[in-house]
Amino acid sequence: MGVAVFAVFALIVIGVSPRAQQYPSDEEVNTQATGVDLSGDWTPVREEDNTGNTELGDWVGIPMNEAARLRAMAWVASIQTLPEWQCRPHAVSYISRGPSQLRISKEVDPVSRQVIAWHMEWLRSIDKAVYMDGRPHPSDNAPHTWGGFSTGQWIGDMLKIETTHIKEEYLKRDGVFHSDRIKVNQFLIRRGNYLTYILVAYDPVYLTEPLIRSTEYQIDAHQNIPPYPCNVVEEVDRARGIVPHNMPGTQQYADDVKDYANRYNIPWDVITAGAETMYPEIQAKIAAGRARK
Amino acid sequence: MKKIFLACVGLAALVGAPLIAQQNRAASDELEILPVHGSIYMIAGAGGNVTVSAGKDGVLLVDSGTAENADKVLAAVQRLQRQLQVKEPPVDLRWGAETRGTLQNSLNPYAPTKPIRYIINAHAHPDHTGGNLRLAKSGRTFTGGNVSGDIADAGQGAAILAYENVLNRMSAPTGSTAPAPEGAWPTDTFHQDSMKLSHFFNGDGVQIIHIADGHTDGDSLVYFRGSDVISAGDLFVMTTYPIIDLERGGTINGVIEGLNKMLDIVIPEFRMEGGTMVVPGHGRLSDGGDVAYYRDMVTIIRDRIQAMIKKGMTLDQIKAARPTADYDPRWAAARGPASTAGFIEAAYRTLTPKPAPAKPTATTKKKSQG
Repeated sequence: MGVAVFAVFALIVIGVSPRAQQYPSDEEVNTQATGVDLSGDWTPVREEDNTGNTELGDWVGIPMNEAARLRAMAWVASIQTLPEWQCRPHAVSYISRGPSQLRISKEVDPVSRQVIAWHMEWLRSIDKAVYMDGRPHPSDNAPHTWGGFSTGQWIGDMLKIETTHIKEEYLKRDGVFHSDRIKVNQFLIRRGNYLTYILVAYDPVYLTEPLIRSTEYQIDAHQNIPPYPCNVVEEVDRARGIVPHNMPGTQQYADDVKDYANRYNIPWDVITAGAETMYPEIQAKIAAGRARK
Repeated sequence: MKKIFLACVGLAALVGAPLIAQQNRAASDELEILPVHGSIYMIAGAGGNVTVSAGKDGVLLVDSGTAENADKVLAAVQRLQRQLQVKEPPVDLRWGAETRGTLQNSLNPYAPTKPIRYIINAHAHPDHTGGNLRLAKSGRTFTGGNVSGDIADAGQGAAILAYENVLNRMSAPTGSTAPAPEGAWPTDTFHQDSMKLSHFFNGDGVQIIHIADGHTDGDSLVYFRGSDVISAGDLFVMTTYPIIDLERGGTINGVIEGLNKMLDIVIPEFRMEGGTMVVPGHGRLSDGGDVAYYRDMVTIIRDRIQAMIKKGMTLDQIKAARPTADYDPRWAAARGPASTAGFIEAAYRTLTPKPAPAKPTATTKKKSQG
């Protein structure tokens, strides 16, 4: 009886300890009970969601709002020549869709031998750790990074990753940006030698609906991700403080972004239709626009 | 046995209840402390962000939050110092030092917290200087040698450093009512481009760099050289468009100059991330990548408004042309000077060339001569 009484007492005290309140219980974080080994070197298999080399004004399939469109119209590639832009990596919101290899390694606790984090690295990216030990996400006042802060949870054999604290970055390399308020969920599904990587991005600033993209990888035992050293150099001789951009009202502002529309004969009201362009019904609008010409 | 059980439950409730209460207080009352780099920390939630240098030299603050939050800032500073004491316990000698028994340390390892010795004000606004009075009073200036300050108050409070115009904005000529109480005024001011603390503080060389006519006419960046941290004041905020205080000499070009100055100093750790950290006047902790985005945004909007002014457009026409539309969802405040309308108007007014004073006519010349 004495032991039972002590146990009740201990449980009550432990139950109100700071750790118990801040961190989810082991049952809530299903870190080790299921899941598969994701570690290895993966090579991308080209498919429709790969970014490739995008064309100016290719905004079809992106649920971007008017502000995002206006920002993309003002964007010029020359901004990449600024010293502060030259060595930036691709952010986590973009890199999985780029033509880059992926290495996943696991960080194992030497005592429990449990996986406490998965580490992902792509070409030109910064290590992205996915914590599996139940640690909370940082506060809103914490810094943001290109890789963000990620936690993972197994849903059966599918790894769900939630990433916050991501820096502002492009969704596509033609000036379509997301804000630093973006949150990205990723779902990793391994099927033998193939890995499906699904990305769902939520940005309350520039997206009206979630952006959903998937990438397919294949295991490659002979792959190595090469280094990508980068030095900032003076690419353009310009005065300090100048920021390249297209000025509204100029010919360049109006015309540059129509490359894609002109080449593929897609009406401008389709290009600028935002979320509507993600759904099959947009084909009727394309046909109607072409008929009007 | 039942009595023992009930006693245990009662005891548990007594132990547990304060713990729960303490945690609630922590969630609702305490200010958040974020480690930045080296000796530097950021306190969020006190009005403007407060940058803290804490260590063996004592405490140096950049800005002091609002007057209402001064006690909370003080509590946060003391909490931080105690946490640092836990992090660095006294050295266990483990050798035969007859005069230095280490057991003494474990009896009570907590030395009294060290005093706030300096407050640097990045500008004069009350959300950054409101805590000056309370926090300076709680602090201490070590006097002697050629350090005296105001002799009447020697050793009775922390020194408050700022650009000269901060003092001008907080004080008033004799006989007039000052915007801030005298005890909150800067005790040491400078009116050149920069000022350096005359000695290292917690391992840092500390440089105060004045930026002319930015957020106000009294802005300073504070650069901690060892820890590699810039405290930006309201020249850089992560919450809204820059607030350009027209009445106190602010201009959009001054804000841009401040942002470019920060980028001159910043060296990223790797790929425009980390390295030199930047504590903004409001909002989350940042680095050079964030400052660059902000600089780009303010510069692009400035260029657009400047071009519209050149075309001869009026303020109303410029507002109707929506030169900030692509950035509004992220940066426009709901109202006030950082709202879309407020920011455009402030930029317009500081970019519009002021009309040259009328040349005196022959008649007026004669009159004035007479």
